[in-house]
Parts: sequence; structure tokens; C-alpha cells
Amino acid sequence: MSEITKTDKSLANKKVEVVTDGESEKKYTTLNLGPTHPATHGIFQNILKMDGEIIMDSESTVGYIHRAFEKLAERRPYNQITPITDRLNYCSSPINNIGWHLTVEKLIKAEIPKRVQYMRVIVMELARIADHIVCNSVIGVDTGALTGFTYLFQEREKIYDIYESICGARLTTNVGRIGGFEREWPEKTWELINRFLEEFPKTLKEFENLLMRNRIFLDRTIGAGPITAEKALNYSFTGPNLRAAGVDYDVRVFTPYSSYEEFEFEIPVGTKGDTYDRFMVREEEMWQSLKIIRQALTKIEKEPAGVFHANIPEFYLPPKEEVYNNMEALIYHFKIVMGETEIPVGEVYNCVEGANGELGFYLVSDGGRTPWRLHFRRPCFIYYQAYREMIKGSMLSDAILTMSSMNVIAGELDA
Amino acid sequence: MENNTAAITQWTTVAPPENYSGEGFMATTLDKAVGLARANSLWPLPFATSCCGIEFMATMGTNYDLARFGSERLSFSPRQSDLLIVAGTISKKLGPVLRQVYEQMAEPKWVISMGACASSGGIFDTYSVLQGIDRIIPVDVYVPGCPPRPEQLIDAILNVQHLAKNEPLNYRDSDRYKQRLDKYGIK
Amino acid sequence: MEVLQNDQIASGLKNIFGDSILNVEYLDYLTITVKRDAILEVVKQLKEDSVYGFGFLTDLCGMHFPASVTGQKEQLGVVYMLHSLEKNFRIRLKILFPIDDPYVNSLTSLFNGANWLEREAFDFYGIQFKGHPNLKRIMNTDDFQYFPYRKNFPLEDQTRTDKNDAMFGR
Repeated sequence: MSEITKTDKSLANKKVEVVTDGESEKKYTTLNLGPTHPATHGIFQNILKMDGEIIMDSESTVGYIHRAFEKLAERRPYNQITPITDRLNYCSSPINNIGWHLTVEKLIKAEIPKRVQYMRVIVMELARIADHIVCNSVIGVDTGALTGFTYLFQEREKIYDIYESICGARLTTNVGRIGGFEREWPEKTWELINRFLEEFPKTLKEFENLLMRNRIFLDRTIGAGPITAEKALNYSFTGPNLRAAGVDYDVRVFTPYSSYEEFEFEIPVGTKGDTYDRFMVREEEMWQSLKIIRQALTKIEKEPAGVFHANIPEFYLPPKEEVYNNMEALIYHFKIVMGETEIPVGEVYNCVEGANGELGFYLVSDGGRTPWRLHFRRPCFIYYQAYREMIKGSMLSDAILTMSSMNVIAGELDA
Repeated sequence: MENNTAAITQWTTVAPPENYSGEGFMATTLDKAVGLARANSLWPLPFATSCCGIEFMATMGTNYDLARFGSERLSFSPRQSDLLIVAGTISKKLGPVLRQVYEQMAEPKWVISMGACASSGGIFDTYSVLQGIDRIIPVDVYVPGCPPRPEQLIDAILNVQHLAKNEPLNYRDSDRYKQRLDKYGIK
Repeated sequence: MEVLQNDQIASGLKNIFGDSILNVEYLDYLTITVKRDAILEVVKQLKEDSVYGFGFLTDLCGMHFPASVTGQKEQLGVVYMLHSLEKNFRIRLKILFPIDDPYVNSLTSLFNGANWLEREAFDFYGIQFKGHPNLKRIMNTDDFQYFPYRKNFPLEDQTRTDKNDAMFGR
């Protein structure tokens, strides 16, 4: 029971490999950076072939949290798939939820009011800040700087408070419905958001002072795990990892969704694609997200108040008073709850800018109550392939840093 | 800051009862003394796979500090920990790994199954997910929730502390414990 | 920078590849159904021709169509999403083939990012990619006997004994 078998060709079966290159004998050792490891944030295995401290080659094994989301989604009606999308990139669940709702709304061709779109933008940018907090503080932890982690995780609690006032949950939010939000945000939410906008910049500045120009941090991270822009594009990188390599591809600008074309923000871009660039790109993106939230708040004030969902009664639950008094509302309520709504036949691909890159949903509907096929384009899974090439020739501690700076979230890797 | 120092000078301390301070003797049973020591110094091994792992990190953070219950040092080495917190979904591919980690831990050891996925498979009733870790290792405390709130996890730790305080010293060598392990095929 | 049009791509490809282009649909993006054997050449043309410049592979996923749906034999399929970053244009390519002949040319020679995506399609549907450097299972264990995402494979864990059929509506 406690043997993990591997095929013959695998690196795991070679404990010490003796290699001759004509002049002298070298011995390569095999190191198992096993599934459970303190530094790998998530469960994935890397078997490394090392020459002393330098890594010559590696072999990755993923799939330790494979939960068969795509097959599970073929069994659930469209509203019930939102909790599954939560668990993809669980550090920023609202982005996944809203991405899924946008996909269904694209299929049914629904018109979403502006106020709802601005509210969605606020929630998505808060989620992006939350995810970058995790990634950046964990890069700090891996270099030994635990203080930054404790400072920034306190800010995550404030974001959790905002989520809780909107939808009731802290981490796996299931926020919003197809067509908008389930209820109007209470007064407390707006207060909490404003307070967050005042307090978070101060903490972020303190965190930056700790790490950004810190001699030790610079020496550790500059040059660790670099990747060129051409290679990154060939490996289908997206998100902060691609932007750190120098390509300014951001789904919010290329294919704007949910009124992002009305917002002014910059896309931070790095040069060498190493760990320091990835850290700085995420740092700057947090500042840009704060800018977007401020713009969204001013835009919301200009819209008519009280609008929190689109007018699509076939997909959005009617209010309870109408259900008890109105025949049509009763029928809509019954159909939505039992999952018998009429979804048009067709296929659609929709993508949003997740915290890790382009999160895509490919939905094929055959008109039934559940999707025929739902495929998630998970950015983590696609860019983790390049890890092997990024750590070739680097030292073990750089390999650990590269992995944490790529922000590999196991839920998104294995889905 | 000045308000704080003013408040401190207003504190009063109660004098201890006779023979309770300075050198002296304390009479208790070895069980209770060892139980007290074990309960207040549980070193957890966070076997964090997915979303519950992030809630575990939030519990270790400053808001819901878990370190005040004695879990200051997280050990990722099974040989140096006494509490295995399985947080997140365990798939069938990861089952042997979890089992190996459990077997490597030294007695006494406790297991918390945090979250719905670890307790029973959760919302993932699929071909690849282990429907509850109690199929492969014995569990002491189950924490429901998806993910459980930090307060729930703290309640679970307090329950484990209660178990550790009241455990007889020879429990780990007894037949009852051996029967429990035999059910899972652990030697 | 010329703006690409759907018709331009469709007619351009038809001119070059003739009857390898089976079907052209204008859905949310231009969707072209291609003959299975021609997929590598079509993608190569789209990638290297500077008029199109589809140098980014966004996605690759497998599909399964049981006999009850196709009306004839059981079919498998692969769907590719390509993206041209310079022209900001997306296109979808589809191929279909019978289940007892599941061989497709691999795109790993053109895009490194197709490596794990094809392994995933192999793991879940049993599609064999010719020319793939390391085609083995990625998500399930190496000795898993089945292809789980096919429609005839059950979703639930079959070893559970505690489910009460009456409560689950069976």
C-alpha cells in the first residue's frame, strides 16, 4: 500500500545515475520533490535529476487532486455548476463564478445592465487582489521573509468580510447568479469597500518596503527561472507570467467583457520573465486593480440605484412575493429550480482574465437541462508544462522560488 | 500609548492561596500531567490539498491565531508532528501517499479530517475522489463545512485537546487501539 | 494592420486545402470542421502564413459523440481554439473521427503548449496523438484501464455502499 510504482523509464527508478562524457565520470542523483512538501503550495510531484546542486532534468506528475469537474458538470443544471467553478482557482473564486455566468449569458444572448457590470468588476478586481496577495506573500515566505505574509493575510480577511456581506461565504463564494446578483448589496458592503480602499494601500506600501528593494530578495529572485517571450508564447502562457516575459496580452483589453472597455488602467509588463519580474508585475497589478475599483465606484453612483440583475425571467429567480401571487412567476420559479429552463442549442467559448491568465469556458449545449460538454481552459495547467524547461540548469532553491512565483494553484491544475 | 500605561497601573493581582507559589509540591496523576503537556503542544502537519488549505492558512494567520493553542510550529515532517490535519480533497491517486504519511508519524498521533471532501468525498462523488479518508486511516475528529470556518477548525483542535488530555497512558499499547488499527490494516 | 474577416479566412483556406475543409460555420467565432488527416497542415498554414498569424494555441479538448447522437457510428472529436495576437482574432477548428480509429496528428511540433493538453485528451477520451513525445496518462493513475470522460463511463464512485437508493430518487 505504501509503494508508489512508476514505469521503468521514469526517473524515479534511477537512484544514482552514472554518466560518462568522455573525460570523467559524473554521478547524477535523483531527488524526489514529492507530492507532500512544505514548499510546493499544492500537491504535485517533481522528480529531479541533479548534478550536485544543479538540476539537469525533471519530470512532473500532476493529477493528485483530479476531481473530474468537467464530467461532473455534465450532470448538473446550469445554475448548479457555479459552485464547481468556485473550486477551480479557489484563491479568487468570484472571477471563476462570474466567468461562468458570462459564458451562459453569451449563449443565451442576455443584456446585462451597466450597474450590474460595474458591480461585477468590483468583485472581480477584489478577487484579483486577493489572489496576488497569496502569491506575493508566498514568494516572500519561500525566501524566508515571513513577516510580509502575516501583514498581507490580514488584508485578505478584510476581503473575506466584503465577500461575506455580499454572498455569505468567505472563500468559495458562489457569488452572483446568471443575470446579476442574488440580492442588492447592503449598506455595509459599500462601507467595507471604501474602508478597504483606504487601508489596503498603506499595508501594500509597507509590504513593498520590506521586499521590493531588499538586497537579499533581489539577489534571490533576479535571474531565477527566466523565460523568453517567444518560448512563453509557444507554451501558451497567459496572465502575469506572460506579461513578466514582455508580452502585454490581457483579456480585459483584447476581448473586453463586463464593461472593462470603459475603465482606464495600465498593463504592467516585465522584461526578462524571471521571478522578480513576476513578483513586480503582480505587485503593480494590485495597484491597478485598486484604481479600477475606485473608477467603478464613481461610475456606479451615476447609474440608477437598485438595479442588481438583468431582466431575464427564464433564468433569474423571480422575487418570492411575485411567486406567491403571479402565475407566470410561479412557473418560472418552478422551471428554474427544477433545472428545466430552455437553453438554446449551440456552442460558445468565453474567456475572462483570471488571476493566473486567460480562464476560458468552452460550453456545448444540446438544448437539454445540463451541458453536453463543458471544458475549462485552465491557465495553470497550460503554463506549468514549461516548468521543466524553466528550471533546467538552475539550483534547487531557485526551482522552489520559480514554482511559487508561477502561482500554481492545485485546484486549477488538476480540475 | 499613554492610555495603555495608565490602564496597566490600575491592575491588581490576587494573592495566591497558601503553598501555591514558590517552591512546593503538586500532586496529580501522571496521566493528567502528560495529558496536559500533550494537549497544549500539538504540532500539526497540514496535509493541505485544496481550498480547505487556504482556510487553514487563514486560521494560522493573525485574525484566528492557531498558535495560541500550542500549534506555533507547523511541521511538514511526519516524524516530528502529532496532529495530522487533512484539509482538502483526497483523490485515489493520493491515497497511498496519505497512508504512507500517516504510518510514518510517531505515536501518539491524532487525525483531523477538515472539510467535507476529506470527511466523505464532499460534493465530488466522482470516480477519482476517495469518498472519505476514513477508508484508509483512522480519524479522530471530523470538521464539516466547505470550507469550514476558522472557528470550526479551532473547535476541532479544542476537541483534539480534550481527547489528548483524557487519554490513558497505556492507550496506544492497548488491545483496543490495536483493534482500531487492524480495521484499517495498519501494523 | 489589416483586419481579418471571417470570409477571408474561410475562402483562403478553401483555396489552399480544397475538400479537406468539410464545413464552415459562423458561430461566436468562425468554426471550421476539417478532415482529420489535414489538421496538421491547416494549423501550420494558419500559424506560419503572415496574413493570418495564428501563433497562439488557446485550447485543445476532446469530445465524445455516442452512436445515439451521431446516428451512425460512435465518434470522437478534437476541438482546437487558435488565437492571432497581432490581429486579435480567434478561430475554432474541429475534427471528427470514428472511435475505433482514434489516431490524430499531434500539434507538439508546432506548439509546445499542446503537450499536456493532448495528454489530457488521451487520458480522458483515448485519442491517440501520433508524434507526441510522451503520450501517457496525466490526471489518472498510469494503470487506469478506462477512458473516463466518455459518455458510457459512470461518474460516481462505484464502491460506495452507503447510498440509499430511495433517497436518491432511483
